Amino acid sequence: MGKITLSQVRKSFGEVDVIPGIDLSIEDGEFVVFVGPSGCGKSTLLRLIAGLEDTTSGKIDIDGRDATLLPPAQRGLAMVFQSYALYPHMTVRKNIAFPLKMAGMSAAEQEAKVQHAAKILNLTNYLDRRPGQLSGGQRQRVAIGRAIVREPAAFLFDEPLSNLDAALRVTMRQEISELHQSLKTTMIYVTHDQVEAMTMADKIVVLNAGRVEQVGSPLDLYHSPRNLFVAGFIGSPKMNLITGPEAARHTCTTLGVRPEHIRVGDGPWQGVVGLSEHLGSDSFIKVEVDGIGTINVRAGGEIDVRHGDRIRLAPDMDKLHRFDAEGLALK
Amino acid sequence: MATQSSRSAARAMLSPTVILLLIWMIVPLAMTIWFSLQRYNLLYPDRTGFNDFGNYTRFVLSPAFGGAVVNTLILVIGVLVITVVLGILIALLIDQPIWGQGIVRILVISPFFIMPPVAALIWKNMFMNPTNGLFAEAAKVIGLSPYDFLGQAPLTSIILIVAWQWLPFATLILLTALQSLSSEELEAAEMDGANALKRFWYIMLPHLARAITVVVLIQTIFLLGIFGEILVTTNGGPGTSSTTLPYLIYKEALLDFDVGTAAAGGVVAVILANIVAFFLMRAIGKNLDA
Amino acid sequence: MARHVTTQRRAINTAAAWTVALILFFPILWTVLTSFKPEAQAVASPPIFLGFDWTLQNYVDVNEQREYFRYFVNSIIIALGSTALGLALAVPAAWSMAFVPGRKTKDLLMWMLSTKMMPAVGVLVPIYLLFKTLGLLDTRIGLVIVLTLMNLPIIVWMLYTYFKEIPGEILEAARMDGASLKAEILHVLTPMAVPGIASTVLLNIILAWNEAFWTINLTVTDAAPLTKFISGFSSPQGLFYAKLSAASTMAIAPILIMGWFSQKQLVRGLTFGAVK
Repeated sequence: MGKITLSQVRKSFGEVDVIPGIDLSIEDGEFVVFVGPSGCGKSTLLRLIAGLEDTTSGKIDIDGRDATLLPPAQRGLAMVFQSYALYPHMTVRKNIAFPLKMAGMSAAEQEAKVQHAAKILNLTNYLDRRPGQLSGGQRQRVAIGRAIVREPAAFLFDEPLSNLDAALRVTMRQEISELHQSLKTTMIYVTHDQVEAMTMADKIVVLNAGRVEQVGSPLDLYHSPRNLFVAGFIGSPKMNLITGPEAARHTCTTLGVRPEHIRVGDGPWQGVVGLSEHLGSDSFIKVEVDGIGTINVRAGGEIDVRHGDRIRLAPDMDKLHRFDAEGLALK
Repeated sequence: MATQSSRSAARAMLSPTVILLLIWMIVPLAMTIWFSLQRYNLLYPDRTGFNDFGNYTRFVLSPAFGGAVVNTLILVIGVLVITVVLGILIALLIDQPIWGQGIVRILVISPFFIMPPVAALIWKNMFMNPTNGLFAEAAKVIGLSPYDFLGQAPLTSIILIVAWQWLPFATLILLTALQSLSSEELEAAEMDGANALKRFWYIMLPHLARAITVVVLIQTIFLLGIFGEILVTTNGGPGTSSTTLPYLIYKEALLDFDVGTAAAGGVVAVILANIVAFFLMRAIGKNLDA
Repeated sequence: MARHVTTQRRAINTAAAWTVALILFFPILWTVLTSFKPEAQAVASPPIFLGFDWTLQNYVDVNEQREYFRYFVNSIIIALGSTALGLALAVPAAWSMAFVPGRKTKDLLMWMLSTKMMPAVGVLVPIYLLFKTLGLLDTRIGLVIVLTLMNLPIIVWMLYTYFKEIPGEILEAARMDGASLKAEILHVLTPMAVPGIASTVLLNIILAWNEAFWTINLTVTDAAPLTKFISGFSSPQGLFYAKLSAASTMAIAPILIMGWFSQKQLVRGLTFGAVK
């Protein structure tokens, strides 16, 4: 079981409110991603749940039990840190067994659990090595192994992939997702990378300046961002945000159009091609549109436009996002 | 960034050390201050009672006082300058690729392991002694008359002895700092056309600033209390030419048996040491934060 | 800075470095050599370097005059005792300052160091009287206490700078893994800080072994360590260079040998945060 409920959780460091007050409910077995720019309070929120920081006020329930004042060890949670935080003086085996040893488990039981975790994570051949002798991906797996053996109510991940190179990051991302599929344990995952959020999450919590901007499934956020911040943060390349007369024509203050929702061809907008990047599968084109400004377009890979070409663009009218003066989405 | 419980654990684990040091500082200091205001001479046990600041005026106005303060400063600064300058030079030398680096290191570090009375006795008798010392023998060989180091230049001689003891410490810390300098930084400077001297001045020396600060801080702590070396070699003389503040206090207390005046001297020394500490800590605290 | 240099350059550097090293080491070497000379040859002019009549007589004489072993044992007990006690106090204190720093941590550290700047002579009389009252004069436990307090600021500082290099996340991981504070310090922090702790221990042993103010002034015979032993040879007594050398050699040899063998460990942690 791993249902976690935050009610009015607030955290301030001295005068500064890092988290002014958050209500959030995380269901058992859910994969929840906290995403936001750096400094948005997502790591602090995770550390509050872990018990590594005190809440200034508010209440944290884990499985219906008030855990607000419990020390980290008694919350039944496991955490995977950004730097992996492996114990450098212990072998992989001892690293993974450490929480079991702390729990006073017998040596035989420890060994059985370590072997089991090692098998899941392909670490069986590395059990006698020290962390220093492992690659980044292997260290990551040891850190996960150390979390798994505790059979926690929930896993907490603090930007666990940010120290890996791009290729490894994709692999590990999939491994963590698969792990979630097989364990079905609640996972809370913090990242600043919206791609990780979109690909892994059941539920994304978008944070900005300590506030929850929106909570929803990845596609919810993609299709109906609640406000400008979420609209700009979710989706890659970023949504085009247009103000001025063109927005006014659509009776809103800001008009949002995702690059993939603009077709090159007959359409109302005209402009000159600036930079164009041809990736083969896609083409990213910057177009200086008359009376609107720079618009990013994601077009098919086969399109043939060059710097300086004059082209016409057709936004998909059904997929426009309209925002009012406060930045909130209009229905 | 921590929880309330870890903060209170931290307080609990820090307090024994803090409390013990506080007692270690306050109790003797309070007693010293008390004595310093009393008439208290072991030779005249019948003369007792409150003496206001009489002991202080006696101590501060005594002809030896000003000289003792100056001598203390000369000793501390002299040793600091010698150890830092030579320490840098030796560190630069050992840092070069040489044969037998390990043994050289062991030889250089050795004086640090020698207890002060031994160092003082060896230097006084076997090196600086004007009749039998090695320096006198060396002078004879080149046809000079032997020089009475401790008689003619007592303070300088003591500075040399103390510097010999502390040079290894300075060298080692500076060497470690030097070794942490990336060769890329030096190579970049070389590409930029800096010659060896400029590389030292603009790259190495700033890199060593922290290490120099640490050397100065730690050595000052120990040098301010230098006492045994003087007792063994010159007894503060001839006259008062090598009397430092600690030695002057010792003389009052244990040679003149005037505990009251010695205590006043102790308080004065504590005040002066704290002034030095204040400036030093401020300068260094800044440097250590960076 | 492993830069390639020509053999010639290397030879010059080697010669220079060895010259400097031998000059610095010479007083020790000379003392050890003299300790094996008959007194008459110890003051011979010109001095004899190696071609003297080697003898162990000085060691025998010195030992007859003062029973070396007793002082030696006291030195060991005082050095190890104050180191152990200091470490027991300093490890928790350094943990607190390194991993739960407050706004005042730096000031606290500087204050601790400043307690060492108090001239010992200035507080000798009160401490002497206190010790007399408490019955601690000429006791090993008394010296252990004083030397612990003397060196505590240095130990705390060394450990603090060392602990600061250990990432806090690892300790947090231990906390998440269910480690109590004691387990966190014993099973995670201490093993990781072994090089720093080793270096601290070595430095503290050296400082305690060589401390020559309190050990001389607060002891008479029972607890007197080697510093007291050697101070008995400070006044000239006829021909005494060879005996002085023998006594000096006996006083410094244990710590010198320990220092040589543990030189690497000592130096590794001896940075006081001077190297970032």
